[in-house]
Amino acid sequence: MTAPTMLLLLADGRFPAGAHAHSAGLEAAVAAGRVTDLATLGEYLRGRLATAGLVAAAFAAAARRAAWSARRPATLVRLDAELDARTASPAQRTVSRRQGRALLRAGREIWPTAAFDDLPATPGGPHQPLALGLVGAAAGLDPAQVATVAAHSTVTGSASAAVRLLGLDPYQVQALLVRLAGACDATAARAARAAEQPPQRLPAAAAPLADIHAEAHATWEVRLFAS
Amino acid sequence: MRATARLVARADRHGRTALAELRGESPLLLRQVAATGGGVTVYVVGGAAGPLAGDELRLDVEVGPGAVVRVQTVAASIALPGRPGAVSRMLVRVSVAADAVLHWLPEQLVAAAGCAHVADAQVDVAEGGTLHWRDELICGRHGEQPGHAEINTWVDLAGRPLLRQSLSVGPDAPGWAGPAVLSGAPATGSLLVVDPARPAEPPAVRGTVARLPLAGGPATLWTATAPDAHTLRTYLDGANSSAASAGGEVNGRVRVG
Repeated sequence: MTAPTMLLLLADGRFPAGAHAHSAGLEAAVAAGRVTDLATLGEYLRGRLATAGLVAAAFAAAARRAAWSARRPATLVRLDAELDARTASPAQRTVSRRQGRALLRAGREIWPTAAFDDLPATPGGPHQPLALGLVGAAAGLDPAQVATVAAHSTVTGSASAAVRLLGLDPYQVQALLVRLAGACDATAARAARAAEQPPQRLPAAAAPLADIHAEAHATWEVRLFAS
Repeated sequence: MRATARLVARADRHGRTALAELRGESPLLLRQVAATGGGVTVYVVGGAAGPLAGDELRLDVEVGPGAVVRVQTVAASIALPGRPGAVSRMLVRVSVAADAVLHWLPEQLVAAAGCAHVADAQVDVAEGGTLHWRDELICGRHGEQPGHAEINTWVDLAGRPLLRQSLSVGPDAPGWAGPAVLSGAPATGSLLVVDPARPAEPPAVRGTVARLPLAGGPATLWTATAPDAHTLRTYLDGANSSAASAGGEVNGRVRVG
């Protein structure tokens, strides 16, 4: 494995891409009374990993693979359309593009010579996993490492939001993340393998409540998290 | 059991739909029934119990330019276990031409305890085609936990990706019954409406039903979870009627954020 420090920097919640502002649906799930304690948080995170986490990690790894390919612009356009087709909720599409834009802004500042201009110029920004793939390429990470960053942030973002939303014991939440580490690694490995497929065959694991939570959350006038 | 079936519909020069081909074999039999208007209605009649793990079923549907087809089933299909390690598969491949209309409105799929079932739908809608596509999944018969079921829905519109969804339930799908996916709801389903003639509607959500305008064209997905099959159908029928009365009352709250 190369670039271990780069991997840690990109996976760090303090990387300036605004990840801390998002609960990834948890705020709405808490409001609906579906996540109430550590046990239901654990089930929530397992479900997220198997659905949104797998899809995001596969697309990030695929974008990372495309970064060093000759057909890079065409592949990125195709990946963008395929990810749109996997994101039925308009609120989730908006959030993904907003997070992609924030990550891209950080990437351009940190790696000014890296080529990010092949990302499709979609209104609202590139989808977050596509931006992550190219930022990962700039940082020298391989597709499996990029998938690990994506899977890891799927669980850590919601977990730290849970501490604030439910007042859970941070030690207990961290212990939960430690128990989920194996599932996280397995998801990343599966995503990296899936990323070798053509874009239309990438995973599309769906979760009805993720769409419902995202749309409900977007109607709120007052909220703690942006998603 | 292996079975294939094929339905090909064409519009004649008067705009009436005729079946150019309609063939199937047990347990995948197709029956045309009388329909009002110029379209045709075809029922898929299960010729045996199942699908049972090990079954390989394939249905091809081709709706030619201007043709109008409605496909239904007479009863819910119940995915059941078969020999150990075997998987039942149902592949539906569909093409809907320009100015053609397909209403795909089968009864529910019930994932029984111990089943291992994969349902694949690959749908190509040409620009100007209309599609109503309903999918309903019941997780287990009354009071039982389901086996593994995976519903894959791949829809292209005008050659571009419109919808890719893969829903997995059962012991092989981590967190499927948890608060991120179904939160214990035994019934879930969706209705996809691709209709170039329908004005766009904003996203909306009410309870556990969401109306989701898709990115890839004039199409909306209604997605829902429900405590039972009947309630789920009520939710999706409500979606369908709001689709029919274009520009009518907004079903749920309008997004403000």
